[in-house]
Amino acid sequence: MAKQYETVIGLEVHVELSTKTKIFCGCSTAFGGAPNTHTCPVCTGMPGSLPVLNKQVLEYAIAVGLATECAITQYSKFDRKNYFYPDNPQNYQISQLYLPICRNGKVEIETEVGSKTIGIHEIHMEEDAGKLIHDEWEECSLVDYNRSGVPLIEIVSEPDMRSAQEVIAYLEKLRLTLQYLGVSDCKLQEGSMRADVNLSVREAGAKEFGTRTEMKNLNSFRAIKRAVENERERQIDLLEAGDEIIQETRRWDDNKGESYAMRSKEDAQDYRYFPDPDLVPIQVSDEWIVQIKERQPEMRAEKITRYKKEYDIPEYDIEIITSSKHMADIFEKTTVLCGQPKKAANWLMVETLRLLKENGMEPEDIRFSPENLAKLIGLTEEKVINSSVAKEVFEIMFDTNIDPQLYIEEKGLKTVNDEDALRRTIEAVIGANPQSVEDYRSGKEKAIGYLVGQTMKAMHGKAEPGMVNKLLKELL
Amino acid sequence: MDILQWTALELAAAIKRKEVTVMDAAAAVLDSIESREGRYNCYITVDREGALKKAEDIQRKIDSGELTGPLAGVPMAIKDNMCTEGILTTCASKILGNFVPVFSSEAVLNLEKAGALMIGKTNMDEFAMGSTTETSAYGETKNPWDENRVPGGSSGGSAAAVAAQECFFALGSDTGGSIRQPASYCGVVGLKPTYGTVSRYGLIAYGSSLDQIGPISKDVADCAAILEAIASHDEKDSTSVARDTDFADALTEDVKGMKIGVPKDYFGEGLDGEVKEAVLKAAQVLRDKGAMVEEFDLSLAEYAIPAYYAIAAAEASSNLERFDGIKYGHRAQEYDGLHSMYKKSRSEGFGAEVKRRIMLGSFVLSSGYYDAYYLKALKVKALIKKAFDEAFSKYDLILGPVAPTTAPGLGESLADPIKMYLGDIYTISVNLAGLPAISVPCGIDSKGLPIGLQLIGDCFQEKKIIQAAYTYEKARGVFGTPTIENEEK
Repeated sequence: MAKQYETVIGLEVHVELSTKTKIFCGCSTAFGGAPNTHTCPVCTGMPGSLPVLNKQVLEYAIAVGLATECAITQYSKFDRKNYFYPDNPQNYQISQLYLPICRNGKVEIETEVGSKTIGIHEIHMEEDAGKLIHDEWEECSLVDYNRSGVPLIEIVSEPDMRSAQEVIAYLEKLRLTLQYLGVSDCKLQEGSMRADVNLSVREAGAKEFGTRTEMKNLNSFRAIKRAVENERERQIDLLEAGDEIIQETRRWDDNKGESYAMRSKEDAQDYRYFPDPDLVPIQVSDEWIVQIKERQPEMRAEKITRYKKEYDIPEYDIEIITSSKHMADIFEKTTVLCGQPKKAANWLMVETLRLLKENGMEPEDIRFSPENLAKLIGLTEEKVINSSVAKEVFEIMFDTNIDPQLYIEEKGLKTVNDEDALRRTIEAVIGANPQSVEDYRSGKEKAIGYLVGQTMKAMHGKAEPGMVNKLLKELL
Repeated sequence: MDILQWTALELAAAIKRKEVTVMDAAAAVLDSIESREGRYNCYITVDREGALKKAEDIQRKIDSGELTGPLAGVPMAIKDNMCTEGILTTCASKILGNFVPVFSSEAVLNLEKAGALMIGKTNMDEFAMGSTTETSAYGETKNPWDENRVPGGSSGGSAAAVAAQECFFALGSDTGGSIRQPASYCGVVGLKPTYGTVSRYGLIAYGSSLDQIGPISKDVADCAAILEAIASHDEKDSTSVARDTDFADALTEDVKGMKIGVPKDYFGEGLDGEVKEAVLKAAQVLRDKGAMVEEFDLSLAEYAIPAYYAIAAAEASSNLERFDGIKYGHRAQEYDGLHSMYKKSRSEGFGAEVKRRIMLGSFVLSSGYYDAYYLKALKVKALIKKAFDEAFSKYDLILGPVAPTTAPGLGESLADPIKMYLGDIYTISVNLAGLPAISVPCGIDSKGLPIGLQLIGDCFQEKKIIQAAYTYEKARGVFGTPTIENEEK
């Protein structure tokens, strides 16, 4: 019988914090500026410039630490990680090695066999690097320092995960936690959340860990899942063939579905870490920790409990809606505006999820505003438009966040409430469809459906079906 | 009327009284530079046109009552490791030979706000690494008291420029004695403030935890006025502190009851006899003026030098990484790929002493040696601070020499770097403990070279230092200036 192997996985997750300004200067963190426009002497490493810590970064890092049950390091420091690369303007990255801001935390994940605790080894703060652009035509490289100095936290887990499923569950949990805290949008594709996977295998039951590799360049949950499975197999194959696993950093190529070695442990640089003398030690008072705790927004579990108490909507809907902070926010704001939690939930659960799926989008990508959704619900409730018009308007709103009120006025989609006009139309429909009239009168109740449809058609969909029914019955 | 002989405060007062104009002062200094630079080489850059234009601007502001401070209209020189917007800032290194900053250092801005007129950028040891100003890529500066001798360093250009009357005052920076020692060698006053008093923003870092900008001046009163102008709490520098800055208020002739400790270990082996005699004589002057002066054991001085060179070199090795030929500064002409470009640019751009300290610093930070060297040095630093804390629980000030000898001859020191490092013995522990200290001229040796007296205070006790130095200076009387003697001979 073949040997059984256990996979041991630990994650280093880099998360870009959504502060307005960079970690050590006042430059904007906004995406999309022309190269080197969100820069200053500090984030371009000009001689004589000095870093000053953005307190918001510290507060966000502490908030993440508290949400993951970490111990907060009340006397913490920044260290310099020294290495030469052009995207790193000082040729050292300001990071934390010796006294990271948070340590010894944990998160609970749900697995197929119940809940499991994943330990957090530490969380530290650091600055992002710039971006190199290789110009193949000119045979040169250009550097854009707009991202240089954007605040990051690195969340280092314990090697507690045993499968790709657990890795994904852990990442999902972290992502939700960070999104609920409002400290990051955590978009893997855009790089605001990046995970490096440390993986080793060992024979089932072994006490010692095997030699691990570190996998980089994982840009989606799918890539992570594939890379974990691929690396597990690669290592098992090596062991089965009697080969040794080399401790190295590997790069995942998602197109090819395989990884290749970047550098081995022997090539590992000596980063010559030491405390950054330009930054004073960080002192975090008990009072401040309490304040941050008190300011902590409602997390998902609390939200679920509250929704169950406050709203009469199915538990399944609550699970889905709260699985995205953005979606939950839309739900709550819409509900406040229109007072119709059930309707709001319905629009999210049915039409929104359908359109997200059709367009290959995430709940985070929802663009329509709660204001507009509330208006649409109001317009439907007041029977200004009927439900099929509402769906039509919603699709437009989903794409471009139009104001439904303005839209239906512009397109003349309002339900006609003029009873006389409707009556005239119905009389005409009755006159034009003697067979159906005959059927209905002879007891075939279903025949009225056809007549309703014909009336709606004649009204260009702008009639209120209930009213059409009532008038039809009356006139028949 | 030779305005060059006036102190900064005397000149500003005369300008205020409309006896001379800012343009007169600028022209006098520029003429002096013209005739003396060939001999002394105090400056790397002289901004003649800019200074003349600025002089008129400042004069207008003085006339309109916009500028009223005690330094308004006074020509000054800035050490070339402080950024000056639009003006070449080289750190006396080839690697920054073409570097023009986009902003000015906070200390320079503060002086400009006070109406001082920058004439140029002074020579120094490359990246402030050295004690002689001989490691400059732009030629050594010569001591105005004896052209065959060094002016000290690293702020040698600043000290020599003040001594040679090529400016009325200058800014230096002090990481291990780089203000006090050249001030001592050149017979001028130099003060290293408490760490955090003057913003380091715009100062191109050598050892960030030790660097501090300070004044080099003709006398103690000028020194107090300059310090008052440059001291500021700057939010751009995390290590900057909010504190009292009314230093000129301490200019009183009174040391009655002041307790001054004289460390026995500062007067042992290695100290030149004439220096010892002059410094002890100065102590006697203060005693005669009513101070209580006594000897005590400070100890630990011998550990200060290795600790200093480990910490300063470690920080420097990292601080100087940004000079890579990518964003600014020297880039090698021919290279093969990125790493070759780094290697060649840095090999060509840095001088021998800088390379030595980068290697030393990289070594003490490397894995496996970090604990044994860097961490141990930090422990020594903490012990030195503790020893000073104990001393200051008993004394208001500590008195001693600035350097073991007067200015050595050109070329003597670099031949034996270890000996040069040992010359920092009396100044270095002050930086490790973050303390303020002044160097005041206290005598001339048989070779005709100035001797400096060092007064060290507890953190934020600059006013005590200034008060004692001022009292001593008044009792001592006028101290000669070298240039005049030489030129009139």
